[in-house]
Amino acid sequence: MLPAPIAMHIPDGFLSVPVSIFFWLITILVVGYALKRVGVDLGERQVPLMGVLAAAIFAGQMLNFAVAGGTSGHLIGAAIATILLGPWAAMLVLTCVVSIQALIFQDGGLLVLGANIFNMAIIAVTVSYMVYRSVQKLAKGQPWGIFVGGFIAAWLSVEAAALATALELALSGTSPANIAIAAMGGIHALIGIGEGLITVGALAFLYATRRDLLKAGEAAPARGNLVWLTGLVLALLLAIASPLASSHPDGLEWVAEQKGFLVSAQSPLFKIIPDYLFPGVSNSTLATILAGILGVLIVFVVALVVATMRRRKTTLEE
Amino acid sequence: MHVHFLDPYHPHDSLIHRFDPRIKLVLTLAFILTNGLIPSGAWPVFILLFALILSVEILSELGVGYVLKRSMLAFPFVLAALPLILTIPGRTMFSLDVGPWTINASYPGLERFISIALKSWISMQAGIVLAASTSFPDLLVAMRAVRIPQLLVSIFGLMWRYLFVLVDEATRLIRARAARSGHSDHPNAKTGGSLSWRARVAGGMAGNLFLRGFERSDRIYMAMVSRGYDGESRSLPFPAIQIANWAILIGGLVILTLLILIAYLFWG
Repeated sequence: MLPAPIAMHIPDGFLSVPVSIFFWLITILVVGYALKRVGVDLGERQVPLMGVLAAAIFAGQMLNFAVAGGTSGHLIGAAIATILLGPWAAMLVLTCVVSIQALIFQDGGLLVLGANIFNMAIIAVTVSYMVYRSVQKLAKGQPWGIFVGGFIAAWLSVEAAALATALELALSGTSPANIAIAAMGGIHALIGIGEGLITVGALAFLYATRRDLLKAGEAAPARGNLVWLTGLVLALLLAIASPLASSHPDGLEWVAEQKGFLVSAQSPLFKIIPDYLFPGVSNSTLATILAGILGVLIVFVVALVVATMRRRKTTLEE
Repeated sequence: MHVHFLDPYHPHDSLIHRFDPRIKLVLTLAFILTNGLIPSGAWPVFILLFALILSVEILSELGVGYVLKRSMLAFPFVLAALPLILTIPGRTMFSLDVGPWTINASYPGLERFISIALKSWISMQAGIVLAASTSFPDLLVAMRAVRIPQLLVSIFGLMWRYLFVLVDEATRLIRARAARSGHSDHPNAKTGGSLSWRARVAGGMAGNLFLRGFERSDRIYMAMVSRGYDGESRSLPFPAIQIANWAILIGGLVILTLLILIAYLFWG
C-alpha cells in the first residue's frame, strides 16, 4: 500500500506533456492571483507568516498515529491551513510545501509540479473552504460547526485531491481510469478519515488555547464567494467525472474516441535505414545496440576524463 | 537531535557544482521535458538520455550509487502504471484464465509500462543531481532568474530557514509522546489508548506545532520590522552569466533537441 504522502505526489513521466503544461498554466494563473490577494489582505506580514507556516505544515506531515496493523494516519494539512488562514494564504502555503518537496526532496516531479500544486494546493484548499463555510453557516456559529465542518472539510480535501490525481493519470494514459479512480478514491477515503481525525484534534486544541485564531479565520475574506463557488464546481466535476470515467474500461480514452479527438499513432515519416539491413535483425534492434555502444562510450570517456583530472589534481597537491 | 541530514546538498568542488545555478535549473527542466516528449518504445534514445545523466552524475562527484539509490524513491508509484500491461490492446504476450475472466498481457502494454518507468527514473536522477549539487540560496537565485515572483521566492527562503527548526520541534513532540505513552515492539499490541485517543493526541500535537509556528512568525515579523523590514525584498543584481555557462546551456539544449527529433523520426 502506498504511504499517504507519496501516493499523491505524482513523479515525472507519469503525466503526458500536454496535461502537465495545461495544469502548469492554470496553477500559474491561480497562484499569481493568490499572491496579489495575500499581498492586499496581509500586507508585509505575509512573508514571515507564510514561510513559517509552510515549514510548520511540512514538519506536521511527520506527525502520525497508528491506525491498524502497520499503517498510520498522516496529515496533509490543506484543511487546517484553510481554516486558520483563509483560502488564498492557504494556497500559497501549500504551494510552498509541495514545491519544496518536489525540488529538494524529489517527492513529486518538476514537470508535473503544476498538476501536483493544482491537486494539493488549489483543489484541496477550495474544497475545504467550501465545506467549512457551508457547515459554519448551517451551525450558525455554534461550536459543533467548527469540528464537524473541519472533519468533513479535511476528508473531502483528501478525497478530491486523490480523485483529481487519478483523473490526471487516466487522461495521460498512464493508468486505466477504472482502476486508478477506484484505487485512489478507495484508499484515500480511508486516509481521509485519518486526516479528518487529526484535523479535529488540532481544532480542539486551538479551540481550547487560542480561540481567537479560529474566529479570525472565520471572518471570511472579502470576496470569498469566488473560492466557495470554485470549490463547489470542482467537487461536483470530480463527483461526476469519476464514476463516468471509471465505468468504461478505457475510461477517458473511450470518451475521447467517441468524441473523435483521439489521434491514432502514425507511421514514421520515412526510413533512413531499411528494415532488412541484416537478415533477421530489424532496424530498431540495430539502433538499440548502436545507442548502447555510444552511451557506454560517452560515460566511459567522461569517467576517464574525471579520473585523469583527479590524478592531476592530487599530483599537483603533493 | 537535529535533522541536518534532511538537506540533500553535498558540497564538492566538481564541474557540476561550479555551473551557474540558473543554467543548471533550466537544463534540468529541459532534460525532464525531453524525457516527457520521447515516445514510448524509443529504447535507444532512453539509453542515450540515461548515458547523459550518468555522465553528469560522474562529473558531479556525488557518487553514482548515491544518486541511483535515491532515485529508487519513485519506485512504489510505478505500480500505478502496472495495469497498462493488461489494458493496452496489441500483440498478446501471454494469456491467463482466472475463473470467468481472461487476462491478456500485451507487448505494447509492456513497452508503454517500461517506457514510463524509465522516463520517471531518468527524470528523477536529474532532479537529484540538481538538488545535491546546488545550495539552497543558489536555487533561490535560479528561481528568480526564471521569473518566479520575488514574493514567492522570499516565502521559500523563509520556509527553508525555519524548516529544520520546526522539524526539530515536531521530532521533540513525537519523542515526548513516546515517552508518555506505552510503546511495544510487538506489532499487534495496541498501545497508548484507543484510536480516538491516539487521533486526539496526534491532532493536539499538530495544533501545538501550528500554534508555535504562528507565534514564532509573530516574533519573527516583529524582529524583521524592528530591523527595518518594510515588505520589500531587496537583492543585489545578478552577476552576468559567463560565456562558458552560455555555451553549456546552448550545447545542452541542442543535444536534447536532437534527441527529441531522432526519437520522433524513428519512433513517432
